[in-house]
Amino acid sequence: MSSALNPKYSFATFVVGAANRLAVTAGHTVAESPGAAYNPLFIYSGSGLGKTHLLMAVGHAAKKAAPQLNIEYLTLDEYVEAFHASVAAGQGDAFRRRFQNVDVLLVDDVQFLTNRKEMQSELLRLTEALQAAGRQIVLTSDRPPPDIADLDERLISRLSGGLVVDMGTPDYETRVAILRRKAEERGARFEPGVLETVAQAEVGNVRELMGALNRLVAFQAVNDTSINAETVKQILGLTGEGAAAAPPGAGRAPAAKGGGGDEFGEFLADVTVTVGKAVEAWRARVGEAVLRWEGEGYRTHRLEALLQRDAPGAVDEAIAAFAEDVERLKVLEAEVSDLDPAAAGQSVFRDPERLGEAEQAAAKVRDGAAPPPGPSAAFPLAAFAVGPSNQVAVSAARAALERPGKKYNPLVLVGKSGLGKTHLLNAIGLELARGKRAVVACLSTQAFIDELIAAIDGNRVDWWRARYRRATALLLDDIQLLTGKERTQEELFNLFNLLQDKDRQLVFTAPAHPNTLSGLEERIVSRLEGGLVAELKEPDREVKRAVLERMLGQQGVHPEPALIDYLADRPTDSVRSLVGLLQRVVGAAAAQDGPLSAGLAREVLEGQAPRDPRRSSGFRTSGLVVSSLGGIKSREKVVWDWIDVADRMIEDFR
Amino acid sequence: MSLVNFTTREITCKIVYYGPGRSGKTTNLHYIYGRVPDSRRGRMVSLATQTDRTLFFDFLPIDLGQISGFSTRFQLYTVPGQVYYNATRRLVLQGADGVVFVGDSQARQLDENLESLQNLQSNLLEHGVDIRTIPLVLQYNKQDLPRELILSPADLDDALNFRGVPSFSADALHGTGVFETLKGISELVLKKLAAGTAA
Repeated sequence: MSSALNPKYSFATFVVGAANRLAVTAGHTVAESPGAAYNPLFIYSGSGLGKTHLLMAVGHAAKKAAPQLNIEYLTLDEYVEAFHASVAAGQGDAFRRRFQNVDVLLVDDVQFLTNRKEMQSELLRLTEALQAAGRQIVLTSDRPPPDIADLDERLISRLSGGLVVDMGTPDYETRVAILRRKAEERGARFEPGVLETVAQAEVGNVRELMGALNRLVAFQAVNDTSINAETVKQILGLTGEGAAAAPPGAGRAPAAKGGGGDEFGEFLADVTVTVGKAVEAWRARVGEAVLRWEGEGYRTHRLEALLQRDAPGAVDEAIAAFAEDVERLKVLEAEVSDLDPAAAGQSVFRDPERLGEAEQAAAKVRDGAAPPPGPSAAFPLAAFAVGPSNQVAVSAARAALERPGKKYNPLVLVGKSGLGKTHLLNAIGLELARGKRAVVACLSTQAFIDELIAAIDGNRVDWWRARYRRATALLLDDIQLLTGKERTQEELFNLFNLLQDKDRQLVFTAPAHPNTLSGLEERIVSRLEGGLVAELKEPDREVKRAVLERMLGQQGVHPEPALIDYLADRPTDSVRSLVGLLQRVVGAAAAQDGPLSAGLAREVLEGQAPRDPRRSSGFRTSGLVVSSLGGIKSREKVVWDWIDVADRMIEDFR
Repeated sequence: MSLVNFTTREITCKIVYYGPGRSGKTTNLHYIYGRVPDSRRGRMVSLATQTDRTLFFDFLPIDLGQISGFSTRFQLYTVPGQVYYNATRRLVLQGADGVVFVGDSQARQLDENLESLQNLQSNLLEHGVDIRTIPLVLQYNKQDLPRELILSPADLDDALNFRGVPSFSADALHGTGVFETLKGISELVLKKLAAGTAA
């Protein structure tokens, strides 16, 4: 029923000039705080001066400021049609309810209320209802309310009760600005002076101006020649009146001595064109730049100061320098808003005069923005032992690495403790971190929770969020720890959505299938289930052999194959316990100063107590696993050697 | 003097008609005066001798009204052509935004033309102005005279226009080429603004 808002019609594309500045300001105000300032806002102007554009711009801006708002744009005719249709269907009340729930109602062309008594009373009722509910109404018309023929007095007073504002025809500078903007949008290039000449024509509205521009674009395209200021006048038929901006009467002034043609008039027209090209051109360029940057919310003192000067000087350089500064500000602001959204709103990012301060502010934010914790280098993918028991998970990980964020997102690795989930998670993180500009957040869920708590405590949750939002991948270990952490779940939920929308890879680990974990919110569980849940099973023989060979190899030990076979055949339910077995055997071998052998292993693991109970008690391994693969030789070895030496010394003493 | 004042939004152009005696500078101004509507022209000041020779200078102010928001005025001056009025010429030349050199097309006047052109150059230099930078056009007047008496515009270009500035052939008495010349110099003067080097 209602028309969609045309995305082209936004404030960004609206050229502001003296004639419409008030209306635009009012529009901005209304969009920022609907229902609070001017209600209703009534905008009127002649045809083709931007009423519809402004109305839709209000809609866009309001939607942008508060996406949850229910915004409805429609022309009066559409409103009338909708009303008639619903009345015909016996749904008049539903119609009323529908419009009473609109937060911002934008009605175009209300001048057509003339001679529609029932619609007038309907609109009156609606206006009253919306106003009472603090909802915003913006209306446009080609004339002020009292001038709409046959309009109900009460409605006139209602409509006039907010703010009634008009938009006039644009002045010369604005016309030039509009033409330049539109020509740029169309990718059309004109010789200098052409658009200025078009702008000099006294047109009644912007639509006519667009018509003129269209003719030039078409002419230039068809003839494949560029138009100059002279030919413009012919194409647009401006020649008859001389340059139209010439003072009235000048062109038609009677020749002082009869006959002789109107040489003075021609001269005047000629001078007018030249002045337009030469003098006004730079002023228009500055004016246009001011309008443009002002429209984008930048302070333009520096450009305005140019207009005060007597001679043009290096205007173009000044404009270019200004534009450069603004671009730099944009870059800084974008960077800062990535790092810390709260800091991005600072006014220094909107004032090219204070570029230096902006640089400093950005540097400050940059310094404060530490990257989120990354993956541990101790878990390279190459060191991960692959076998049938974890083939699925490893393949999924490799697939995810090939197309991060696109294939399996999220990837959830599930499996019991000690099967290598953390290793695989970190390995994925390490691989992802190889990418250029990659920011991989890889940490345990507990650390994630602790960071959030610290951030809440330090009142810098925004900063904390921004840190993770920058991540190109998020990997969380032991997601089950979220149980009962409502706030963290909430934050993770938002972060999850945000990252997933941007195709950034998410990887989680959990001891069991997410839907069997208690204490996780349904929305988190369903999101985890939405990707791929890959299970790591108890290690098979192949995995075990690979683990054993690698660990022994790292120590420079090359044991008899029977030992590997023996250990790999031992029943173990996780890699971690396998590592524990191996360490016991290695420990025993070191204690005896004998070779590693299957016999020794059998002796150690089946019944016979190790020679020195202290050794095994010192080797309860769960704490060692993180640094284990390859770590056996290090700290613990030193302790062993020392004890060994002591034993020997005692023997020698005897 | 400022040619374009953006604060008060005024454009003022001072254009000086220069040339040897009896080449038709005052005639140019008279013709223009006759074509400008009463409301737009000031009083033409002309200090002439009994034989209609310019004694001091002619001055014709023209008000072009509002152009692109600028109130625009042209001030047209002539200088006395005779050699012995050089001080006056130099004075009038002061602050000129553009110069129209009105040359006499008669073959026997060629030397006077050259002399006057040299005089223009040296007088401009007195004011610190290089003749190569100031807007200048040439007008070859009296082209209505019998062919045998005058040089063609091409010949005159060869003889006088060694800087290649715009040149116009004219018959100031009947108005031919007068406004063309004025347009030519106006354009040069106003275009100089765009270059950002307004005097």
